[in-house]
Order: sequence, then structure tokens, then C-alpha cells
Amino acid sequence: MSPEPQVSVRRGAASLDLQNLRQTFGATLAVDDVSLRVEPGEIVCLLGHSGCGKTSLLRIVAGLERPDSGRVLIDGREVVGPDRFTPPEQRGVGMMFQDYALFPHLTIFENVTFGLSKLPAHKARIVAEAQLARVGLLRYSKDYPHMLSGGEQQRVALARAMAPHPGVLLMDEPFSNLDQRMRERIREETASLLREKGATAVVVTHDPEEAMQLADRIALMRAGKIVQMGTAEELYEAPQSLFAARFFCDLNEIDVVALNGRIQTPLGDFDAPAEVEDGPVTLCLRPHGIKLEPFDPSAPPPLTGVLTNRRYLGEDDLRHVQVAGLVAPLRVRGAARWRPEIGESAGLRIDPRQVLVFSRKSV
Amino acid sequence: MDSGQARRSVFGEGGDRRWLIASSCVALLVLAPLVSLILIAGRGSGDLWPHILAYVLPQALRDTAVLLLGVGVMVVTLGAGLAWLVTAYEFPGRRLFDWALLLPLATPTYIVAYAYLDLMHPIGPVQTGVRALLGLTDPRALWFPDVRTMTGCILLLSFVLYPYVYLSTRAMFLMQAGSLLEAARTLGASRTRVFFRVALPLARPAIAVGASLALMEALNDIGASEFLGVKTLSVSIYSTWINRSNLPGAAQIALAMLALVVALVLLERWARRRQRYVSQAQRARRAAPLQLTGWRAGLAIALVSTPILIGFILPAGHVANEAFKRVRFAGFSPQIGQEILNTIAIASAATVVAMALGFLVASAARLSRAPLGGALLRASSLGYAAPGTVLAIGLMTPLFALDNIIADTAESLFGISLGLLISGSGAALVYAYVARFLAISAGGVESGLAKLSPSLDHAARMLGQSAGGAMRRVQLPLIRPALGGAALLVFVDCMKELPATLLLRPLNFETLATHLYGEAARGTYEDGAVAATCIVLVGLVPVMMLARLSRRRAFAWDKNAEGAEAMARDLLLVEPAGAPDKPQGKL
Repeated sequence: MSPEPQVSVRRGAASLDLQNLRQTFGATLAVDDVSLRVEPGEIVCLLGHSGCGKTSLLRIVAGLERPDSGRVLIDGREVVGPDRFTPPEQRGVGMMFQDYALFPHLTIFENVTFGLSKLPAHKARIVAEAQLARVGLLRYSKDYPHMLSGGEQQRVALARAMAPHPGVLLMDEPFSNLDQRMRERIREETASLLREKGATAVVVTHDPEEAMQLADRIALMRAGKIVQMGTAEELYEAPQSLFAARFFCDLNEIDVVALNGRIQTPLGDFDAPAEVEDGPVTLCLRPHGIKLEPFDPSAPPPLTGVLTNRRYLGEDDLRHVQVAGLVAPLRVRGAARWRPEIGESAGLRIDPRQVLVFSRKSV
Repeated sequence: MDSGQARRSVFGEGGDRRWLIASSCVALLVLAPLVSLILIAGRGSGDLWPHILAYVLPQALRDTAVLLLGVGVMVVTLGAGLAWLVTAYEFPGRRLFDWALLLPLATPTYIVAYAYLDLMHPIGPVQTGVRALLGLTDPRALWFPDVRTMTGCILLLSFVLYPYVYLSTRAMFLMQAGSLLEAARTLGASRTRVFFRVALPLARPAIAVGASLALMEALNDIGASEFLGVKTLSVSIYSTWINRSNLPGAAQIALAMLALVVALVLLERWARRRQRYVSQAQRARRAAPLQLTGWRAGLAIALVSTPILIGFILPAGHVANEAFKRVRFAGFSPQIGQEILNTIAIASAATVVAMALGFLVASAARLSRAPLGGALLRASSLGYAAPGTVLAIGLMTPLFALDNIIADTAESLFGISLGLLISGSGAALVYAYVARFLAISAGGVESGLAKLSPSLDHAARMLGQSAGGAMRRVQLPLIRPALGGAALLVFVDCMKELPATLLLRPLNFETLATHLYGEAARGTYEDGAVAATCIVLVGLVPVMMLARLSRRRAFAWDKNAEGAEAMARDLLLVEPAGAPDKPQGKL
């Protein structure tokens, strides 16, 4: 999917082209033949577990690491290539660091003007003050970073990175140092700021929810490779691998066998998707795709189980239901109108659209 | 007291109090010479004072100020510049230079001065060599810069003392979160700008500590300044006492010097005011050094090898060579053998006492929750800032008085003559060493203890150990390496110490350092080179240790070290917390 239509691409937002990047650290392959194009004004999230190479990729774009091979083009201009390595200060790329990297010996104002040394002082002041005002921290101009809270420091780091109007803004786990409650709010503010400025941004994160909230497109990474690229919806609804499916959802997994396009399970029979060959498969059920209903002994539902555990989680309930023939109880989530007691029998209804099947040969 | 009752049952408050009382006694012992100094100075000095005020003090103050200023500028430039060179760049041999730059620490200032006086003498090897190159035969035909000047003194002291700044600043550069430097790069700053705008200002506290240590050494120095004809305060104190036997006069000059020390300490505090430099960046990843090649690498190598050459290889090589020639020509003189024994005996005695008292003070600070414990620890460390001459002058009067009282008492009670028991036995010298170097032993123990979780203490206490028992059975075994390092440092420092030794040694008692001083003062170069070589060789041991330690890990800037400019003078004993030196690559 292309960038959101309401985004007005501001002049200066650059495109970013990564071509066949490879990087090794000793014996480990951190980035393995990665290619990626980011359109001007687009926000792309690099999503993956720690050690998957997402931060290395970001640092290559910033110019903080030199890849073994491959090219990086910013607005069509080559900054990394076989014979070229533009130093970071000449790339027009902004970066926000996981630890914010605010200069502790400079005031907030001096931090934000640090990247504006090419502007005359009075112009730099105007730009910096505008940036600080936008993140609501103008009144802290004369303070030092350690006097600010974590959330405020995060916003200073954002203001500092954006002040020189970089063509591409890189963000390395920008919200991971904030506590849960604050993270939600700051994430929203940051997202709207990025969209408002129409900035091209690449954001590294390990949090799928964060990626879905921020990104126009998500690049899911594993072991140095991009395993799937698409919108949040595409990745969630149509994961191409068990890895991708697991990343976005806490699945119930059942190992079974597909035969002649059919899969027989203790939960009933399912059609195997066309692309899945016969053989060992993993059947995945989303906890939200299972509904519990009262057990009526006079008209027993086709599938029943016994409630073994339940947790009240506010908007959701989490319930464990043991079904005959399954090793582990099924995890069922959702807003519950009917709340059975532990030990009570319940009918189960499975939404077939929420069932995913992956061949176990190609995990 | 209810709360006291409750605490006593678990942590034994009575025990705490005993530790604190003992610790107070130690602090008093350290502070006593400074107090007595003020009292002596207050007594006035009769006829000589106008002379001192008019002729001695102004010149001594001016010379000292010029010397400190010159050395200050030089050590900061050399120390910080070299530290940046070996941390921000990669060039052939960098790992070797990285620690070799510490070598000048092994050569005391008076040995360097002694060596250069000989090296640069008109008929010494350097000038002879230059004349031979130019085909000159008459020594007067060649003008050569005289090393016996203020400039010469500043240069020599700087090339020996820069490692203090180098060490602390280098550690700071290594532990500076790479992300700060990288952030500056992504904001458009070149490497040069990153150095001046980010790395250097952030390292300011480290530079201040290193520089203040170097300046205290310069202030303390007596041999080099005297040999090179610079009349500093230290030299004036010594000559006022030795040549004029004027103790109050010496005490008054010493007070002026103490004022200078206080000014230095305040300056260092001021440099570290306000901002919190301890970066919030936790996962310190080092910025990748830039690989230098071609002429740039050559230049870097030339820059880092010059100070090693001037501060260590030339002087140490020269004295070693002279010592070798001497021993081959005249054999190993029994006199030197006796002096080695003297040196080892007195330094060992001082080390044992300093370690015991240091352990006591640091443990008391840890055991007692009261701020008093920490304050006593700091007070006990103050002696390090007091130059040797100042401390010795302050000690002399009370110890002589005590000696006389003991002698009189013994005489009247038992009819035996003991002579001067304290000063005659070397106990006065041990006292001075301990007062001066207690900061090192206490600092070593403190930093060793700081790494142990308090829950270890608590667990031992809950399992029935007393405070002392927990110390003995849990903490002591755990901090043994730190203790060993501290003891070694104290020993080597005692061995190298010159000014206090000169003033407080018993009659006819020579150590290696005083022997060297005597020969240099007389202008003879006989066994002096052998003594110098011995000192340098022993001095190399802690440098090697330091090099190994700092190569593996950067020294973590410790906020607790605040106020302890005295602490861990070689910064050696504060072992690093993080390990930012590890290779890059893992995410």
C-alpha cells in the first residue's frame, strides 16, 4: 500500500533505497542481502526480535556502520556503494537514538541547535524554538537534559533530530525507554508529528503493536533478512510464515497432518489452504477466534470443552479450555458475556477465518 | 531509644560505634600534622620572617605559580590530545602505545631531571653527539638550550606527569556512550567538531581530576625543581628548615603552599560543577575508531611516541645504561645494598600500617549508615593533597616534643637513655608515609567494597556473624585483589617518596631516593644511576598492572569519587563497572 493519501509530502522528504545490503560482524551475518525502498513521506518500521539485524540496518543508513556490500541511495543519490562511503554528517539523515544521546553538558536549547551550525545564530534560534514549541518544551530551553523526565527527554531528542530538516529520519527503538502508560501517548504524538511534517522515517522496534500503530508499511526481519513486507493489515491477516503469524499474535498451535487437502483435528476438520502441501502442518487458532457459549445438554454443540482456568483482564477475559484429544488447553480471549465457572463445560465455536495453517517443513 | 533498640538487635549499633571511634582516631592522626602546622606558623618566626616575606616567599610563589600554570597547560594538552588519538583513531601499533603512554608514571620527576641534567650536559651524550654531527670540537661553539631553566622544568615535569590526565581522560573517552558522538555526527558535525563540542567538554571532569593530580605532584616535587634551579615553595620550605633551621618560617611557607593546594582542589570542584556528566546512556556502545593510513598513520605514531621517548625511554634508558656501566666498573656497592634494604623495610612497614588503617576507615564508612563514616573516610584521605614537605614540617614539632617527653620520662623513671625513639627509629617517617598515602589504601578498599552488594553483609549478619566477623569471613576474601593492588601502589609510592623522606629520615639513614638526591645535589654521578634504576624498575610494576587493567576495561567514572581528588591517585584502584571496550557487533 502506498503512503496515506492525506499526507502532504513536504519538500525535502527524501526517498530511501537500500539495495542488496550485507553486513557481517565476525562470523555473524547481521544483515543478509536486504533490499528495501522507502517512498518520500512514508513511515516504515523495521520489526523483529533483538539481534535480527534491524539496528544494524539503521546504522548502515545513518553512516555509522559500513556494510560489506550493497548500496544505499538517498533521493537517488548514492551514499553507500562499492566505491563510496559518505560520512554521516554529509548525508542529511537524522537519527534518534534508543538512549536519546542528549548531550548532558548542553542545555535543551543548545542540544536542539547543535545540528543547525550552518544557519546564522538568529535563524537557528527561530528554528530550534519552533521545534521545541511543537513538542511543548519551549519553557525548558535553559534546562539540562538530566532535569527532564524520560518522556520529555524523548521529545527533546525528536526535536533535535528533526530540527535540521533531515531528508530521512531514523529512529532506533524510540519509545522503549518510556514506561507503558507514557509510551502510548508519546507514540501517538510522535506519529502525528511525523505525518504532519510528512517526514520520511524508518523506525526500528521489537513491538508489533508499535509498528502497527506507526507504520505505513512494516518490514518484518529475522536473522538479517526481511521475511515479509507489507501494511499492518497484510502482515496480521495474511502472514506468510508461522514466524510472522506468531510475531503478531499469541497463537494456539496444534501439530497435525494434512491429507488430500483436508486436516483432521480434535477440533473438527478443516480445509488446507491451496498453497499448503500434504504432510505435517501446524494449525494455528487465534485466541480471539474462538467463542465460548453455554453448554446445553439437550442440544450438545459439536465441540465442547471444560474450563480449567480463567483470568479477568479488564476489557478481555483469558480462559483456558481443555478439549478432549488436545495435549494443552486452548487459550480463548475476548469480551465475555457469559462467564462459566472453572470445571464447567462449554460449547466452542471456531471462526474458520481466524485459522491459519502452515506447513511444518517450511517454518 | 526505640528505633535504636530495634536496630541494635539486628545490626549491633554498639559495634558500629566502635568502628566509628577507631575511624575518628585515624582521621585525627592524619589531620594532626596540618593542625600543628597552623600552630607552629602562628608562633611567628622572629627576626627571619621579614627576610622570608621580602625575599623568599614572593619568588617562591611566583615560580610555583608559573610552574603550575605551565605544567597545567602542557599536561592537559598532552594528556587529552593523546587520549583522543588512541581512542578515536586506529593506527598500526595503537594497542601498544595505548599502554606505553603510561610508562612515564614509572619515572619520578627527580629521576627524570637527574637523567636530563646528565644527558644534556655540555659534555653529555646529546650535545657531544650534536657537535660530532656538526663537526665541532669546542663545547662553547654550539649554543644549546639550557635544561636548567623554568621552561626546562615545565617541559620535563609535563612529560612525566601527563599520564594522570591521559589515564583519566582516556577512560572517559572510552566510556562515553558512542551514541553521543554518533548523534553529533548525524547532526552534521565533523570529527574535529565532535571532539571540541562533545567529547572534550564531556571529559572535563576527568581532565580536571587528572590535571589536579598532576599539579599536586608538581607542587610536591622537590628534586626536579631544585636540580633545575627553580625555587618553588617546596624547595623553599626545605631550604628554610635545613639551611636556616627556621621551623616557624618553613611552617609559614608550608601554610602558603597549603592554601595553593586548597585552591587547586576548589578549582577542580568548580570544573565539575553543575552538570551531571554521568551520561544517562546505559548501553554504552563505543564509537568505532577511524582507521588511519599512510602519512596520517605515520603522524599519529610520531605524535604518540614522542612523549614516551621523552618521558620514559630516554631518561630510564640513560640511567639504566649508566647503572650498568657503574656496576661493571665498580661492582655492586654494599652501600646500595644497604639502601635497598632500608627502602624496602621502611616502605613495607608503612604499607602494612597504611593498609590496616585504610581497611579500618573504609569498613567503618561502609558499616555505619551515619554520614560521619563517609566524612571520616574523606578526612583520612586529605593527607594525599598535602605535599610531603608540608606534612613533614607539620609532623616535626609534635613528634620531637613527644620524643623528648618519652626520653625524659624513661630517664627519670628507669634511669635509661632512649634517645629519640620516634624520629630515631623511622617511626616518624612511617607516620608521614601513612598520613600521605592512606588515601590510596582507603580508596582501594572502598572501591573494592563498593562492588559488593550490601545484601552480602546483611546475609552474613542474618547468619549470625558480627560486623567484624562478616568483614573477616565475607568481604575480606572477596576484595583481596583490590587490597593487593592498593598495597602495591602504597609500597611503590613510599619507595619513590622524596621530600618527606629527606626531612624525617633518621640520621645517617639513606634510602634509594635520598641517595639519588644527595648525589644529584652534589653533582656526582656514581651509584646514583644504580639507585635510580632500582626505583624505576620497581615503579614499572604498578604501571604494568595499570596497563593490563586499563587495556581490558575502561575505568568507570565514579560519582562517589567526588571530593576524593585524593582518592585513588592513579585511578587504578577504581575498577571499571561497565565494559564498553568490548568488540562491536552484537545488537
